[in-house]
Amino acid sequence: MMRLVAVAATESVLETVNAVYVSESRRVLATLIRLLGDFDAAEEALHDAFRAALEQWPRDGVPSNPRSWLVSAGRFKAIDGLRRQKRFDPLDEAGAAADIAVEPEVWSGDESVEDDRLRLIFTCCHPALAADAQVALTLREVCGLRTEEIANAFLTPAPTLAQRIVRAKTKIRDAKIPYQVPAREELAERLDTVLRVIYLVFNEGYAASSGSTVTRRDLSGEAIRLGRLLVDLLPEPEAMGLLALMLLHDSRRAARTSADGDVVLLDDQDRSLWDRQQIAEGLRLVRQALSSQQFGAYTIQAAIAAVHADAREASATDWGEIVGLYDVLLRLNPSPVVELNRAVAVAMRDGPEAGLALVDAILARGDLGDYRLAHAARAELCRRLGRTGDARASFERALTLTRQEPERRLLERRLAELSK
Amino acid sequence: MKYLCLVYLESGKLHAVADRECLACGDGLRKSGMLLAAEPLYPVETATTVRVRNGAVSVTDGPFAETKEQLAGFYLIDARDLNEAIQVAAKIPPAREGSVEVRPVRELNP
Repeated sequence: MMRLVAVAATESVLETVNAVYVSESRRVLATLIRLLGDFDAAEEALHDAFRAALEQWPRDGVPSNPRSWLVSAGRFKAIDGLRRQKRFDPLDEAGAAADIAVEPEVWSGDESVEDDRLRLIFTCCHPALAADAQVALTLREVCGLRTEEIANAFLTPAPTLAQRIVRAKTKIRDAKIPYQVPAREELAERLDTVLRVIYLVFNEGYAASSGSTVTRRDLSGEAIRLGRLLVDLLPEPEAMGLLALMLLHDSRRAARTSADGDVVLLDDQDRSLWDRQQIAEGLRLVRQALSSQQFGAYTIQAAIAAVHADAREASATDWGEIVGLYDVLLRLNPSPVVELNRAVAVAMRDGPEAGLALVDAILARGDLGDYRLAHAARAELCRRLGRTGDARASFERALTLTRQEPERRLLERRLAELSK
Repeated sequence: MKYLCLVYLESGKLHAVADRECLACGDGLRKSGMLLAAEPLYPVETATTVRVRNGAVSVTDGPFAETKEQLAGFYLIDARDLNEAIQVAAKIPPAREGSVEVRPVRELNP
């Protein structure tokens, strides 16, 4: 009987260790990186700390503050490891001694832990790292995804991805990229990089640029989690704008593919399938970001998504408002893709002829010639105007440019409908 | 007249010459009074490129890819970390026209 109670108690402690791993491991890692000044050493220390927890907690009970226990244990193990190395490897003596000597102040309180998480985000997204390395490192260190998971999500061979992460860590160490939140005057620029990384992760999950499924939910969910964390740690208007944008796009997830995996365009979506909770949160964040008067391109894009979310049916969409928002976006962030989106909104407000004139002007300028959506939009507008031949040519051009299976099927369907 | 001698090596040959030999070479040149500064660099994968366009600082990984640019000079600076080095690099006037490659200097292992 006693033995059974002990076993049950051990099992519940193991469950606790697991739960603590899920909720605390990233925080503990972020602090260990600061204390040890090295990503690899901190990762090893994190594993050692949890191994120690598995040994000691069932025997001694779960500590009152598991997080600080784990940080202390990890730090102790790392220093112990360096001492041991020093003893067995006399050549490395100077280096090991120096590493211990530069050990910064002891761990202190919850506030610095949250700072450490923000430090980790800004370090992983440092602009001196390659863009693909920023993404891989953020998913690995901040989100705790395994290298194989990231490789699968990005359809990249695992060794390539592992190489990217190793190279980034090496650069952080050798080029001495500091582990800090940027100073106020650098913040806007550095935040841009962080937001770009998060949005890239989201888009990779939401509109996979290649492959056979339209959505890779895990990545989008991870990006939203990252966006939430960032808004919690650093409530800047553009961080809110990006989170709102992701939530509003993600709210349509259930409606944007049919049961057999085909693309359903915004106009044809069953809006009762939209996630009202995500929409409510997104709308609240957009309003908050807009009221700051400090917003940027993400907030404006979120505001456009909010206008769609507000319309109970496609025909109730306020296209005038959307064109106005695209005008603001074009001033903030001039680009041919934004111009194309504005042209489509103009077509919805003023009719296909007005929209087609704008699309043709962009293409005539030599912009977006290889952009599949420009040709798809042109085809759609020509179709509405009854210019079947032009519509067919543009659909065919779009078809040669798409790399995504569901999109290819959609274009083929549209082409077949033209012949009817 | 001063000369800057840049050592170019294929990546596979970065360690083809022992550090000891480089130290000895440096010592010899120093004794002769000819050496102002000589440092080996970490491989190009650790490089960061800084540009200033219309007053905005842009930071990217790696060296400048366009082959037309060539090394025009160097500043050896002592900075706290890469962020401080980037701030200094952004203030170097040619950053407006071309680019400044920021490379960490490594220690030789005797």
